[in-house]
Amino acid sequence: MRMELGEWPVAGNEVDASGVELAIEARGLVKRFDGFTAVDGVDISVPKGAIYGILGPNGAGKTTTLRMLLGIIDPDAGYRRVLGCDHPTDAARRIGYLPEERGLYPAMKATEAIAFLASLRGVPLKEGRRRGRELLEAHGLGYAADRTIRQLSKGMAQQVQLLGTLVHDPDLVVFDEPFSGLDALNQGKLERMMRGLAERGKTVIFSTHVIAHAERLCDQVAIIAGGKVPFAGPVDVARDRLAPQVRLETRAQDGPWRAALPADARHEGAFWYFTLPASGVEPLLRALIEGDAGILSLSIERAGLHDAFVAIAGEAAARALEQDKEEERRR
Amino acid sequence: MMAEKVRAAFVVARRDFTAVIFSKTFLLFLLGPLFPIVIGVMAGSIGAQVQKDLDRPEIGVAMEGVQGQALIAARNAMADRMAGGVPDFVELKRLVPGERFDGRAALRQGPDRLAAVVTGTLEHPVLTGTPERVDMWQGIVSTFAARARETHPGTFPAVQAEVVATSADQTRNGQVATAQAGQTLLFLLTMLLAGMVLSNLVEEKSNKIIEVLAAAIPMDSLFLGKLFAMLAFSLVGIAVWGMAGGVLVLSGARHLPLLATPAVGWAVFLLLGFLYFAMAYLLLGSVFLTIGGMASTVREVQTLSMPVTMMQLMVFFFASYALAHPGSAIEWSAVVFPLSSPFAMLARAAQGPALWPHLVALAWQGAWVLAIVRMGARLFRRNVMKSGGARKGGRLFSRLFARVATKREAPVTNAY
Repeated sequence: MRMELGEWPVAGNEVDASGVELAIEARGLVKRFDGFTAVDGVDISVPKGAIYGILGPNGAGKTTTLRMLLGIIDPDAGYRRVLGCDHPTDAARRIGYLPEERGLYPAMKATEAIAFLASLRGVPLKEGRRRGRELLEAHGLGYAADRTIRQLSKGMAQQVQLLGTLVHDPDLVVFDEPFSGLDALNQGKLERMMRGLAERGKTVIFSTHVIAHAERLCDQVAIIAGGKVPFAGPVDVARDRLAPQVRLETRAQDGPWRAALPADARHEGAFWYFTLPASGVEPLLRALIEGDAGILSLSIERAGLHDAFVAIAGEAAARALEQDKEEERRR
Repeated sequence: MMAEKVRAAFVVARRDFTAVIFSKTFLLFLLGPLFPIVIGVMAGSIGAQVQKDLDRPEIGVAMEGVQGQALIAARNAMADRMAGGVPDFVELKRLVPGERFDGRAALRQGPDRLAAVVTGTLEHPVLTGTPERVDMWQGIVSTFAARARETHPGTFPAVQAEVVATSADQTRNGQVATAQAGQTLLFLLTMLLAGMVLSNLVEEKSNKIIEVLAAAIPMDSLFLGKLFAMLAFSLVGIAVWGMAGGVLVLSGARHLPLLATPAVGWAVFLLLGFLYFAMAYLLLGSVFLTIGGMASTVREVQTLSMPVTMMQLMVFFFASYALAHPGSAIEWSAVVFPLSSPFAMLARAAQGPALWPHLVALAWQGAWVLAIVRMGARLFRRNVMKSGGARKGGRLFSRLFARVATKREAPVTNAY
């Protein structure tokens, strides 16, 4: 986007223990609805300029967490600081938000819809119209600028709303399940746009129940299940929660070298599978060579985010995640 | 083929029937016939009460010595046996011999119900009043004077008439009529216009844009913005109707009844009328917006329309009833109760010249608008922004009274 930042109120920046500047810091967020605890003591630290994913099945508390971070609802307990403001609505002009359920006024023209969303975030209407036209042109939708939302296809209307989310050049962009309802092509476009935002120093936070998106895009994730966050931090750290898995293929089926295999080694088909021992792979290699095992292949695989999710959030949450994906595919 | 159609129709009918019959809003439907009955009874009794209060004129008596008392005693003794309504007689002053009493001045300044004054003596009574009142009461004054003169009860003295242009009673009646007209107009306009606010938030909810708005601006701003937009829209409508009405008045003014000048004067009365309309609109509108904000569908809004209209009527009747009792506890209640306050205060403007109470009332009403908007916004935020996406399936009552929790998010749909 070729637009200038407005003049934003100066606010203090949060810094975590390692000196990283934070766009969002939340501690112990709790939200109850009529006795049901939707979010139960969530801690989140989102570094500035990062792409941060909130990963969990539907009903885990992702939307409620985002709504608390945005100030749409207030937490029953806990503390949050967004872009240096104690109350997120004080930073509303620096935030862009694309909710899970998207919609615009059907009778509004595309340009007007973008200008309206911009004016909600403090951009003068005239400037919003100018930016709206510019954005529509830049994204190949210039021809639709004067069409009403109801005249646009669903995909185009979604793009218009996305542009309206970004029209005021926010420092923090929050997406709630941004990929749901998009085809593969548009999912790819959105991923590129999110990366582009991060490259320009913007902070992106999004919720998803699709691990692949989080794994491809995120620097950091918060894994949420049952309203709790059992893990929040860099994706690599989540994956490192599980030791790497070793896959070994040998010519010889038996021999003294087998004594060197770890206790958890299991033989499936032509392969041996086991967790990489703490001592590393070198002692094993030595034993294999000396025992003439005949190494055909050996690979060490780092755990994926999916495995990490299962290990961190549990089987039930992982199953729910799969169900959600399946449901969305059906829709 | 036909059987299949009937079967399918039955499936639809069964769903619709159970959906309606087991909803709590069905209770409102069942209570529906009760509303017109209650309203009819209230309207009848209040109207009759107001009329009764207005039609209780008094005749003041100012005579020498015990003559006044004798005249009043004669009235009290004979009133029950006379046909038609006999006005109350009250002693204004017991005169000493040779003292004169200015009946005209008493009528100008006297108590609100004072419609005529009897002076002079029992042999030569003088009745001061407006021409209609004098014509109406000359006979009964003569009758009572004859009865009071115990020595010549069969001789009816001639009553001398002193005609005045107006009286306290006539002014009061005229101003009450002005107050009633003002209240009625205010009610009709708010009823016509404020009800539209009920369905106002349904648009945002069905468009799914509500969450974007809630994230970008305070909910109070959303509520206030909607209220003021509807108020501005209403004022445009009123301006158009006002102009059309003005043309009608100018073309046929002679045929229209003239209203008495309100106590604060026409200019201030109209200004206050405008301000009280704005306040009545904002007050009722903020309540309706809060209630309507809990509704997700047009059907729910329709269900709400009836009780909401009845509520408006109740408020109007309350203020109308209070109109005839200025200064009473009931009138003060109508003035203080926020929803009836604009109506009651407009009636006051017609009947009393003091301006400062209006400033206090406007500030009071404005404070209530803000309080209701704030409360409505909190309620809306608490109940509607509850789970993933705006809630779709919950019942209206549950949302209003916040008893239901949503544990699993609803499937996502985009509403372009």
